[in-house]
Amino acid sequence: MVELTIDGIKTRAPEGTTVLEAAQEMGIIIPTLCYHSGLSPYGACRVCIVEVVKGNRSSLEASCTLPVESGQVIMTNSERVTKARKLIVELLLASCPNSKTLQDMAANMGINKVRFKIKDRGCILCGLCVRYCKEQMKSGGIGFIGRGTSRRVATAFEMTPEECRNCGGCEWICPVCERACTAGNLIDGLCGGCQNLEPVETCPVCTGCSESVGPQGHKVY
Amino acid sequence: MESAINHNNQTKSDYQKVRAIVRKYGANRDSLVSILQDMQSEYRYLPEDALIMVAKELNLQLIQVYGVATFFKAFSLKPRGEHVVHVCLGTACHVRGALAVLDEVKRRLGIEAGETTEDMRFSLETVNCLGACALGPILVVDGEYHGQMSPGKVKKALRKYK
Amino acid sequence: MRKLSSAVELEQWRDQILSQRRAEKPCISICGGTGCHAYRSEDVADALAEEIERQGLNGEVELKVTGCHGFCERGPLVAVYPQKIFYQRVTRDDVPEIVAGAIMKRKIINRLLYVDPVSGKKAKFEHEVPFYKKQQRLVFGNNGIIDPKSVEDYMAIAGYSALSKVLFEMQPEGVIEEIRKSGLRGRGGGGFPTAGKWEECRNAPSSDGIRYVICNADEGDPGAYMDRSLLEGNPHSVIEGMIIGAYAIGSHHGYVYVRHEYPLAVTNLSMALEQARAYGLLGEDILGSGFGFDIKISRGGGAFVCGESTALMASLEGMIGEPRPKHIHTVVSGLNGKPSNLNNVETWANVPLIINRGADWYSQIGTEGSKGTKVFSLVGKINNTGLVEVPMGITLREIIYDIGGGIPNGKKFKAVQTGGPSGGCIPESLIDLPVDFDRLTEVGSMMGSGGMIVMDEDTCMVDIARYFIKFLTEESCGKCVPCREGLDRMLDILTDITEGKGKEEDIELLEELGGVIKETSLCALGGTAPNPVLSTLRYFRDEYEAHVRENRCPAGVCKALITFSIDEDKCTGCGVCARECPQGAITGEKKKLHVIDQDRCIKCGLCRDNCKFEAILVS
Repeated sequence: MVELTIDGIKTRAPEGTTVLEAAQEMGIIIPTLCYHSGLSPYGACRVCIVEVVKGNRSSLEASCTLPVESGQVIMTNSERVTKARKLIVELLLASCPNSKTLQDMAANMGINKVRFKIKDRGCILCGLCVRYCKEQMKSGGIGFIGRGTSRRVATAFEMTPEECRNCGGCEWICPVCERACTAGNLIDGLCGGCQNLEPVETCPVCTGCSESVGPQGHKVY
Repeated sequence: MESAINHNNQTKSDYQKVRAIVRKYGANRDSLVSILQDMQSEYRYLPEDALIMVAKELNLQLIQVYGVATFFKAFSLKPRGEHVVHVCLGTACHVRGALAVLDEVKRRLGIEAGETTEDMRFSLETVNCLGACALGPILVVDGEYHGQMSPGKVKKALRKYK
Repeated sequence: MRKLSSAVELEQWRDQILSQRRAEKPCISICGGTGCHAYRSEDVADALAEEIERQGLNGEVELKVTGCHGFCERGPLVAVYPQKIFYQRVTRDDVPEIVAGAIMKRKIINRLLYVDPVSGKKAKFEHEVPFYKKQQRLVFGNNGIIDPKSVEDYMAIAGYSALSKVLFEMQPEGVIEEIRKSGLRGRGGGGFPTAGKWEECRNAPSSDGIRYVICNADEGDPGAYMDRSLLEGNPHSVIEGMIIGAYAIGSHHGYVYVRHEYPLAVTNLSMALEQARAYGLLGEDILGSGFGFDIKISRGGGAFVCGESTALMASLEGMIGEPRPKHIHTVVSGLNGKPSNLNNVETWANVPLIINRGADWYSQIGTEGSKGTKVFSLVGKINNTGLVEVPMGITLREIIYDIGGGIPNGKKFKAVQTGGPSGGCIPESLIDLPVDFDRLTEVGSMMGSGGMIVMDEDTCMVDIARYFIKFLTEESCGKCVPCREGLDRMLDILTDITEGKGKEEDIELLEELGGVIKETSLCALGGTAPNPVLSTLRYFRDEYEAHVRENRCPAGVCKALITFSIDEDKCTGCGVCARECPQGAITGEKKKLHVIDQDRCIKCGLCRDNCKFEAILVS
């Protein structure tokens, strides 16, 4: 067992666990996008970053891939973390605005402006679909091609791979395409989400349709 | 070397060369990049059938091979032209005005970087430093260096190959 | 040719080689490096060979085609031994005289000598040339005297004596200690203490005992070509260093990962590996010591990110160059999950030197925190372009002015960029900064692999920042959001600024974006990518502000913010510009002042290039 401190609370976690898992055990919610407990961690979205303090220096690390270490001091919600996290989500919105998951996350973090050019890639390249196909279905028919902003999830030569078993898992696990935003036209890449500054007329009763926003629009993180 | 223009006429038997290349490096995953490089030299691009064959020989999913083929700049999935024009965009050349040279080459050939002319005569690529910085800006056509380029000298340099 | 199986046999072979050489035998050494190759040095080399034959001097005069001599600006370079007469800008026509002069010891061809542009003094010998005077060419100097394809040449300069010493007189831990005492730090960019890495790799557990020793020859920084010249010019020095390192670490498998764009380096290195194997200097039971180690060459596929250690190893494994988080160091778990020690070409080349001359000697060179020498590629707006090797601690001023000969065309020095796309720009005010790992980092740049790009008053710093970000957006692997999307949006903002569309908030947004990309990127590519922007903002903020607030590019570079016009005092009406203009934007009568139509002008600069009267103005 490894002893570490998260958000000022001392805790213990088995060696080999990640800081994200240790935090979740404690009930601390760290937002994630490319993480899924049933698949290998990937560390691509950088939304789950936490501040790791070492002496008088600290750095930001993705908690989903950070192994717990004895004596670690972790802060999941410091000013430095929230500032960086907000910018990352802002970048995500600028590259995939039509996603309810992202819009909710943004609203929750209090993002009220997207300062970057909107270039809708329709995908956040979290790799969940790729990992699902490979690790869960043991097929591996889809993967990443290209690099940089040309990187995308695809099949070889745009053909259906022979490995594909039509399980639909890639669509099911996608955090952004399954939940196209239904709040109508986006303004500068933002819908305001369920925590709109103006009342949302289409929803007479709030049942907390989004996981990132609790009932009556209460902030979860 | 097979002519790129005959791509559609190539039969599977031409890919004996692929088998030979695989044998040369060994049918293991870690030989993949070397195998693809030899194939790129041989065919001037990576034909679809050849990639499928490599995947089978190395026992890899096709998307793994395709992913590598599309990640690295050395490989192209479309046939390259007869003459490949490289414009160096290294920092030293940039500072000496390489972009203006590139613009002029683009204008003269009518293509963007990474493309090939309709008649398959020329392909244009940018390179990030050839290590001949004293001669910057530089144009390399088929391995021949043209140094101290300026937009005004492009016409003459390309005329040789037209 | 047979395998040597003891230290004694190695020395016997060396004695045999040396006994067949006369120190006074005339030797003509011509640089065959890529820079000189671009100057058609091959033709000169062929002509020299033919001439030696023609004059019947085949046994009398030796001809060596060597690796890079360093003074690339003045190529083709020829050095005549034993005097070390230095000839520059040699052409085919000079060949007969050179050959004849080689056997006549006092004959020096004056017109081929280097002339100092300031003093007018001619330099007869290499050490008299100002470019070489302040250098300390410990690692690179041998390039000029050995044929990279000849293992005998390497043996003649004490080659493989360090290896012999290590295998038969030292223990692995002792080797690590010696490297630690020397203070050697990585020359690839990270600057990590080499001994520390070796030790951690040696001590890392490995279930089957396999450990890897890898040489990073992916030299991706645009403008840097030191590693290439070392590999092309003296491959055995790198091989020897790797074998010594492998012995110290306990590794039997080595790789050299060479950038795709360096085919000559691959050729010369392959040849050297074969030679080393043939003589029992590589492979099983090296020199009969019982220690076995071999090296494979792996070529890159054209991806800057593969210079990053985890991406390099992924590429070696046949996968795309996607970096992995480094919470577990690669020396503990790297290639194929095994402990792997990765060092740069120049780092490896320093190892035999340290073993031969001792750590005490080595640690006298350089500064407190940075020992030894460093090879830099001095390029850009500089008179003496080339590869220079200097002791750590030398100032930028000495490099740029004393060695580099200052800025061409009487222009004013503005900044020097070090560390490639991961580094930053150092302004004129800091020109007396000693070159040292920590000092460079303190001012917002870094040593990097050794690229040193000099810029003058005609360089726009915003344009430079944009150049680096553009480069990085094309090289980003695309895995993590801050690098992939963040750098892309940084490029958008910088492009807007250079096109006169910048907004006041853009500058602060660049700083904010830069900070987050630095802090949250998965690997060092993204982690250092904002440096060029942040350092130019730190020292040249006024240029950014001029672009944004006044729509002005002070250096006269950004196309959207400059206008081309014709100076009525200088224009002779020759009409050349009008003919060259691709847009037909210039009109005028013969022998009368011509005029540029601003609406049609695309700022290509062809008119300025072709005007013989310097009548084209840029404002």
